[in-house]
Amino acid sequence: MDGTNLPETATITLDVNGVDHEITVDTRSSLLDVLREHLDLIGAKKGCDHGQCGACTVLVDGRRINACLQLAVALHGSSITTVEGLADGDGLHPIQRAFIEHDAFQCGYCTPGQLCSAVGVLAEAAAGWPSVVTQDLSATPALDGDEIRERMSGNLCRCGAYVNIVAAIGEVAE
Amino acid sequence: MTVTPTRAVGTDFDRVEAAEKVTGTARYAYEHAPDRDTVYAVPVQSVIARGEVVNVDTDGALTLPGVIAAVWHGNAPRLGPADDPELALFQSRRVAYRGQLVAGVIAETLETAREAARRLRVEYAQEPHDVVLRVDHPKMYKPSKVNPAYPTDTEYGDPDAALEKAAVTVDLTYSTPAEHNNPMEPHATVAVWENDGLVVYDSNQGSSAVRDTLAGLFGLPPDAVRVIAPHVGGGFGSKGTPRPGVVLAALAAKVTGRAVKVTMTRQQMFALVGYRTPIIQRVRLGADEDGTLRAIVHDAFEQTSTVQEFAEQTTTPTRIMYAAPNRRTTHRLAPLDVPTPSWMRAPGECPGMFALESAMDELAIACGVDPIELRIRNEPETDPESGLPFSSRNLVACLREGAARFGWADRDPAPGVRREGRRLVGTGVAAATYPAYRLPSRATARAEPDGGFTVRIAAADIGTGARTALTQIAADALRTAPERVRVEVGDSALPTASLAGGSSGTASWGTAVVRACEALLRELDRYGGRRPQEAAADTTAEVEAAERLSRHAFGAQFAEVGVDVDTGEVRVSRLLGVFGVGRVINPKTARSQFIGGMTMGLGMALMEEGVMDVEFGDYLNHDFAQYHIPACADVPDIEVHWVDEVDDRLNPMGSKGIGEIGIVGTAAAVANAVHHATGVRVRDLPIRLDRLVG
Repeated sequence: MDGTNLPETATITLDVNGVDHEITVDTRSSLLDVLREHLDLIGAKKGCDHGQCGACTVLVDGRRINACLQLAVALHGSSITTVEGLADGDGLHPIQRAFIEHDAFQCGYCTPGQLCSAVGVLAEAAAGWPSVVTQDLSATPALDGDEIRERMSGNLCRCGAYVNIVAAIGEVAE
Repeated sequence: MTVTPTRAVGTDFDRVEAAEKVTGTARYAYEHAPDRDTVYAVPVQSVIARGEVVNVDTDGALTLPGVIAAVWHGNAPRLGPADDPELALFQSRRVAYRGQLVAGVIAETLETAREAARRLRVEYAQEPHDVVLRVDHPKMYKPSKVNPAYPTDTEYGDPDAALEKAAVTVDLTYSTPAEHNNPMEPHATVAVWENDGLVVYDSNQGSSAVRDTLAGLFGLPPDAVRVIAPHVGGGFGSKGTPRPGVVLAALAAKVTGRAVKVTMTRQQMFALVGYRTPIIQRVRLGADEDGTLRAIVHDAFEQTSTVQEFAEQTTTPTRIMYAAPNRRTTHRLAPLDVPTPSWMRAPGECPGMFALESAMDELAIACGVDPIELRIRNEPETDPESGLPFSSRNLVACLREGAARFGWADRDPAPGVRREGRRLVGTGVAAATYPAYRLPSRATARAEPDGGFTVRIAAADIGTGARTALTQIAADALRTAPERVRVEVGDSALPTASLAGGSSGTASWGTAVVRACEALLRELDRYGGRRPQEAAADTTAEVEAAERLSRHAFGAQFAEVGVDVDTGEVRVSRLLGVFGVGRVINPKTARSQFIGGMTMGLGMALMEEGVMDVEFGDYLNHDFAQYHIPACADVPDIEVHWVDEVDDRLNPMGSKGIGEIGIVGTAAAVANAVHHATGVRVRDLPIRLDRLVG
């Protein structure tokens, strides 16, 4: 911050869930705080603000990231999907339906991050990206239990819903 | 007591709020903005562990554009008396632990508030601190009771003489470290003063209790305070009592006349929201050669802070688990310059049963008796200390069913002999127990003109599925379909209810809901079905009149582990639990809760450890990068079952609480499996690599 003590601001555009926003942000603001405190998109959660829990996971240009680790000003022109953008109108995304069916959440606070992360996992596997537990690096990875557990380990859940989260993602992956 | 016939209860139901939670529209405390002028308060923590705040220089903070105020002892409004001195925020210059709140800064934006908090200059008079728990600590004392109101010590027969004479004895010391609750949603509050009253959106385990506390602190009648908490992102005990953050929010809103948002950061939570005290436990068992217990002695040494006494009831499960004519349990506390410990999932039972159930495994080996058989051999007919009959007790059924499902019969007891590739493999078992509490609550039930029903109770759904379970219970009591019942919880404006704590929620609130629904049906009867009608219930008299019985849930935990022969890495490959918990209200959500408890137990066994920084006096590893909780890849498929248990002496549902018993015994089952795998007995949690290969 310079000697004037005034916050530095910048005006950026973000496409969030298909809606264009032109917003003036404090250059210190994370994407997470802009979503939650300025756009009232409260789906992405703040569990640690340090990229350690995954509750803030959103998709930026289709890839999952921790919104708490991104400065909003650096994302000018990006396309962002949050949990609020997963459903198609009133029709839930298959991963949302599977989470309900398998009771893959309890308190629900990590759930938006788990869901966005799961959508990212499905896309990454479909694109042939291996993980550390992938045996055959040349084949399209099959999302079995071990693959899902490995790929979802950036999203902590203190209620301990992992068993049901793995089942829900496994069902959608089939 | 007549147990209500059921249609909805006992059937799988999706969570009532499931769609809100998967679409991101469920609004948690910090996500409420009462008006456009809502501002942000950031807490400032002490950087010394003991001493006084001499002065706070706020100039550097207040000159920042957008900063509204800085509050500390020197300028804070005086508060009314607090039952919990932790809530006497900025009322004293004293610093009792590192991380205690010494100031708060309020600004128009979160970014500015943070920067201003960083610029605050706090001047301290530091004193030497004392933060290390040890059995021979000179300040170790006997508290007058242990949480919540159990006798500190108990003694029956002559345990010392019986130990002396016993054919087989074990005398073992176990330790469990500080463990931090870490609900995923940090503690958060949005506070606003309206018409001389206070409204707070707050993350808590009971809005009625938060209301009463705030009313006392701010000198208001309770009905001038409203606490709203529709969705709560977990608590595990840490949100069971109000924390300094809610007071900071209300104070900051009072000082500024604005709506104020406050959240703890993840790091701040390690000092400010309670944690499980580290505990050193000594267990002595004396038995005949066939394993029949003659004496049980269980002593616990724990820490508390100098602010507030919290005495974890560590040895209380030992009072009810096994028969033995000679027995003693004790608790001793050392008040240190540390944050105040508090409730964490199954306080007492969770750490106590790690020690007792590890010791039972060691006794089984010493006697050459199968560990399941040892437990069955020492099954008491009545409560071994109080002599009261059990309302129901199915520990043996849980052990037997678990053994059959887990494949225990083929187990070779020899330790350290099963090698699969790089891993040594072993299995272990432990018992679980948790009391079946019930507390007074109120509820109303209303027959709406449209044919539906509304049930209101200031219960809390912190992820337990309470809203859903109460919907099922109400539907059965009203003899209607759950789809016609709307249950409102999470608001102190609703009828006063007990906390979501002690696994007592469903039993306590369910009783009130059933009684309100029964009263409503009588009203409808009397007025020929004319709507609307409303009826209320207060269960205080019913709960107080309950017959004297020993009421506990029981369970059996089984674990299989693989231990890397070179690195000592322990991986849990199977967990299986069987529980006897009365009638299960919602099998779908109940299974999830058991699994969740066992998952947290796995973390307790292998990962969780708050490390005290002796030089600076705080928990060094205060984030998720350093304080490890289980991640997805750590958790195998977990199998959960329950036995058919009919208990009509508990409550109208015939249910026992299930939120906590899942964590009880898991760590002992894992530690016993690690011993079976490796021959190494780890008595100090967590089971770190260095404790296996050191």
